[in-house]
Amino acid sequence: MITINQLSKVFQTNNASITAVDKLDLSINNGEIFGVIGYSGAGKSTFIRLINRLEEPSSGEVTIDDQTITALSKKQLRLSRQEIGMIFQHFNLLWSRTVRQNISFPLEIAGVAKAEREERVDELIRLVGLSGREDAYPSQLSGGQKQRVGIARALANRPKVLLCDEATSALDPETTDAILSLLVDINKQLGLTIILITHEMHVIQKICHRVAVMEQGAVVEEGNVVDVFSHPKQSVTKKFVEQVMGKPEEQATDETFMHHVEQGKVLRLHFVGETANQAVISQVAKQFKVDLNILHGNVKQTQAGAYGTLYVQITGEEVEITKAIDHIKSIAVEVEVKGHA
Amino acid sequence: MLNTLFPNVKWFDLVIATGETFYMTLIALVGTLILGIALGLLLYLTSKGNVWQNKGLNFIVATVVNVFRAIPFVILILLLFPFTDFLIGTLRGPNAALPALIIGSAPFYGRLVEIALREVDKGVIEAAKAMGAKTSTIIFKVLLKESTPALVSGLTVTAIALIGYTAVAGIIGAGGLGDYAYYYGFQRQASDVLFMCTVLIVIIVFVFQIIGDTITNKLDKR
Repeated sequence: MITINQLSKVFQTNNASITAVDKLDLSINNGEIFGVIGYSGAGKSTFIRLINRLEEPSSGEVTIDDQTITALSKKQLRLSRQEIGMIFQHFNLLWSRTVRQNISFPLEIAGVAKAEREERVDELIRLVGLSGREDAYPSQLSGGQKQRVGIARALANRPKVLLCDEATSALDPETTDAILSLLVDINKQLGLTIILITHEMHVIQKICHRVAVMEQGAVVEEGNVVDVFSHPKQSVTKKFVEQVMGKPEEQATDETFMHHVEQGKVLRLHFVGETANQAVISQVAKQFKVDLNILHGNVKQTQAGAYGTLYVQITGEEVEITKAIDHIKSIAVEVEVKGHA
Repeated sequence: MLNTLFPNVKWFDLVIATGETFYMTLIALVGTLILGIALGLLLYLTSKGNVWQNKGLNFIVATVVNVFRAIPFVILILLLFPFTDFLIGTLRGPNAALPALIIGSAPFYGRLVEIALREVDKGVIEAAKAMGAKTSTIIFKVLLKESTPALVSGLTVTAIALIGYTAVAGIIGAGGLGDYAYYYGFQRQASDVLFMCTVLIVIIVFVFQIIGDTITNKLDKR
């Protein structure tokens, strides 16, 4: 469990003070992938650096498993940093060292004996899928491979937490997906808590369990990924949702459907979480004497199930339609009847 | 045939002189390397945003470096006479040239070291800190290790300047090719001696440059 209590960071410049992180409160459960999303300048990068005190907080507290990081002496902090892995946007590998030597570096710092170090490095190389590239130098690797080295290096001392600072922002979409899958695997295999910051909604949607939206140094919205993104409240959050769902004006409007629908009713089904995985449409079609015609849909998969909307035309006897709608409502899908033909 | 082309060159003396030039250059280079890295590290680490950030200390070190770089080498040798006499016990011969050579070139190399260290990616240093590295680990395993190619190419440049300095020191009696060229070539108007010494110095410079470039290329994995 990671608790962040009233954490603030104020940068002093010659003529002004800039509050990068403003009295931030958060709690992150063990074993979860927690995402922090925000635009550049929202303070998320400062926030993640405050967790391992690469940036010294101006005030507030960070606690990881009963250890108050913000109260540690320099020496204690060095030791506890060995239990906090971190990966970076630009990988930050030592170019003078091979893949193997890079992964070995944190183990050298922790004073692990040579034989044990080599064994652990082999293990990590297999874990991140870099077998065969052990003796390559970073300059000979692709971006995705470099980040794999970064991940292996961060995991070397079996950390309790992994901090990801825009870890996929310098990668192309395909490589991003591969790295994200690797993070999910690691999270499941090792039960590792992962905190990641990003400006890409896609990253949150794909791997996070919970999310916090940051704006001007503060968390403006927080919760399960599906909840936050199926019912965004703040305008920032809405903008981020548009990144993956498209802008409302780009989506077909209700009128467009009405125009084509000559009989029955148009339903707008809103899926949140697990229910989207059930075959709602085919079930209804089998159980009731109605016909269903999918008009338009936009459903995204997240770590905690799917969310999105589906427009369907439903035709049949009035009584059957009513029964069908009641059934859909009973399995917790939100339904809106948009109109009659 | 060599003796008809170069009637005044005494080959044995020339070999001795070349040996002395190599000796002065190499020993001074080792001293310059140690002192220069110490100065460069001090300049870098006490500068703004680094581990030992200290405006006062940085100013003092920078001033010392600048003053010693500003003094012309010939004058530096003269200024150091008392110090050299105290340290070496004589003012003649290759050993007497060493203090001036080292003190003359270490500040120059120190600046090159500082520049090399500044080129090290800040992100990598941050990564090492995030892993819980001590300052000493960051200095030896990150800063110096990651900047080795630049440190070596800087040392090559310094070595070549040093060869020039040894020739200057020679004129004041330190031995070596400069000494030989001046006393046996210039003073006795034996242009063949002057010529031969020049050729040898040029060859030595080339040898140092080639060795330096080869090592730099080998180390550079970027």
